[in-house]
Amino acid sequence: MPRDPKKKPITVDQKRYSEIVRDLAPKPLYLKNALLAFVTGGLVCMIGQFFTDLYRITLNISPKEAGNPAVATMIFIGALLTGLGIFDKLARYAGAGLAVPVTGFANSVVSSALEFKREGLIFGVGGKMFLLAGSVITFGVVTAFFIGLIYALFIL
Amino acid sequence: MIEFQTYLYAFLVGGAICALGQLILDFTTLTTGHVLSGFTVAGGILGGLGVYDKLIKFAGAGATMPISSFGNALVQGAISEAQRNGIIGVLTGMFELTSTGITAAIIFGFLTAVVFDPKG
Amino acid sequence: MTKKVGKQTFKPSSPPVIISTAAVSGPFEGQGPLGKYMDHVYTDVTAGERSFEGAEKEMMTNACFTCLNKAGKSPPEVDIFLSGDLLNQTITSGFSALELAIPYLGIYGACSTSAEGLALAAMLVDGGFAGLVLAAASSHNSTAERQYRYPTEYGVQRKPTAQWTVTGSGAALVAPAGQGPVITYVTVGKVTDLGIKDPLNLGAAMAPAAALTMIQHFADTGHGPEYYDLIVTGDLGKFGHEMAVKLAVSRGGFDLGKNYRDCGLMIYDTEKQDVHSGGSGCAASAIVTYGYIYKKLLKKEFNKVLLVATGALHSPTSSQQGGNIPGIAHAVSIEMT
Repeated sequence: MPRDPKKKPITVDQKRYSEIVRDLAPKPLYLKNALLAFVTGGLVCMIGQFFTDLYRITLNISPKEAGNPAVATMIFIGALLTGLGIFDKLARYAGAGLAVPVTGFANSVVSSALEFKREGLIFGVGGKMFLLAGSVITFGVVTAFFIGLIYALFIL
Repeated sequence: MIEFQTYLYAFLVGGAICALGQLILDFTTLTTGHVLSGFTVAGGILGGLGVYDKLIKFAGAGATMPISSFGNALVQGAISEAQRNGIIGVLTGMFELTSTGITAAIIFGFLTAVVFDPKG
Repeated sequence: MTKKVGKQTFKPSSPPVIISTAAVSGPFEGQGPLGKYMDHVYTDVTAGERSFEGAEKEMMTNACFTCLNKAGKSPPEVDIFLSGDLLNQTITSGFSALELAIPYLGIYGACSTSAEGLALAAMLVDGGFAGLVLAAASSHNSTAERQYRYPTEYGVQRKPTAQWTVTGSGAALVAPAGQGPVITYVTVGKVTDLGIKDPLNLGAAMAPAAALTMIQHFADTGHGPEYYDLIVTGDLGKFGHEMAVKLAVSRGGFDLGKNYRDCGLMIYDTEKQDVHSGGSGCAASAIVTYGYIYKKLLKKEFNKVLLVATGALHSPTSSQQGGNIPGIAHAVSIEMT
């Protein structure tokens, strides 16, 4: 039988099966998940607000300046919960409620560093730390660069 | 002085941003990585339009805690430094406001990896 | 004269005997309904090792030695060791083979590896090439997670179709004669791709391969589903199981009936243990077959079992590059005479 080197198009069979699977596959509990994310995400932000106020009042600084230590504190909490093995268990329920706030950023950094610890400090912890968080930084910086450029060239 | 209203707005706005992320995760095949990157970009654009800082004034930590704030802070850093130093400021100011978050993540990430073992 | 019957099935002329098996599992699997059938349940997922990869190797090596000890055999008496696992370059198997010091052939069929090993063992023994063949397979939740998905401590919510990789290892010793159930047929599956791309729905990706292999097996042997008092697929999970039942009807007109179960659904209490669609991994079919089913066969509570181990032949690379997830399934007919 001669080999057909052409890339095969999607067959009717594949299309039909994919559609059946898409229709029949169990769906996430949309409402419950969204509510849990809402409540946990809201609570995380309230805790963040508490630390912002705490630093603002005790250090007598502006709310904007107090944001920095508050973010660092939240990152510390996210890191600690990850190290203790609690974060992933909470996130099973909270979903985006823990992932979207800065706690999720901390978790992605810490879990990667922790996971690859066995490969040593250079290849493992150092090299793999931004395995997941890297794309956030990359896209954030690329966005900010072009917006900054537009400002510098056209608006200022 | 603590304004208790801010806590309510922080809860509502922060919760809404997270719920939006959850809905994207559940209704699409996008992963958490896609959503977080997307939110960062969205935060950056809103920051460029000057909307995000208004949201922070209104909701406090409800707007500063979600990852979209990271995008906004990058943009604010780049813009404000550009105002002072022109186009070079885009490069030098980029991490001006976000260095706390990145530094904290690296330091705590490193220390956690040294102290703890993955639980599996 | 070949031993081939039909299109994809091979019938040993003197059915090789599974003279011994062993299954070991992690603590989470030990808490499941089949925990009491395991030869050893580890209390810790690290199995006392430095890394999860080390733990998986310890589990496989332990399963192999336990299997040999139960048959009163030692490694030098074994002619060939066939083994595979999910890790890149199948390191678990290679390092276990190093410790066992048995001539080793590494195999890979993703989660279908258990049946692939058993099938090849039967062929080597019946072909007269080997007197004793040891076949093993393993998987570990934490090693598979980091390779296929995310770091284990990464907080990510699982979709309902996602499965939980089973931690454990199973081994079987196959001989030309002796006490125990025999291997009567081997059906080697073809790689099947029905266009599924979602790596969080592997059950649906593998179900077509399982259904087609079963249909071919029934056609080649003339034994329908009713011939067996147990048909088990490897790790299709709840949704994959459902799809396989539908596909067996739509593609072959076979009603798999009540006796069709899935190893991934048997290991865990899906009500109490949070595993979503069920278990997956090489160890799913390995520990269910070599722990639970083998013991039931010896007691004659099952007499005719068809093991259809299923595998998804993708990698994170192929998936992230937008490739489909092809599936494979091999069937081994095990009977107690």
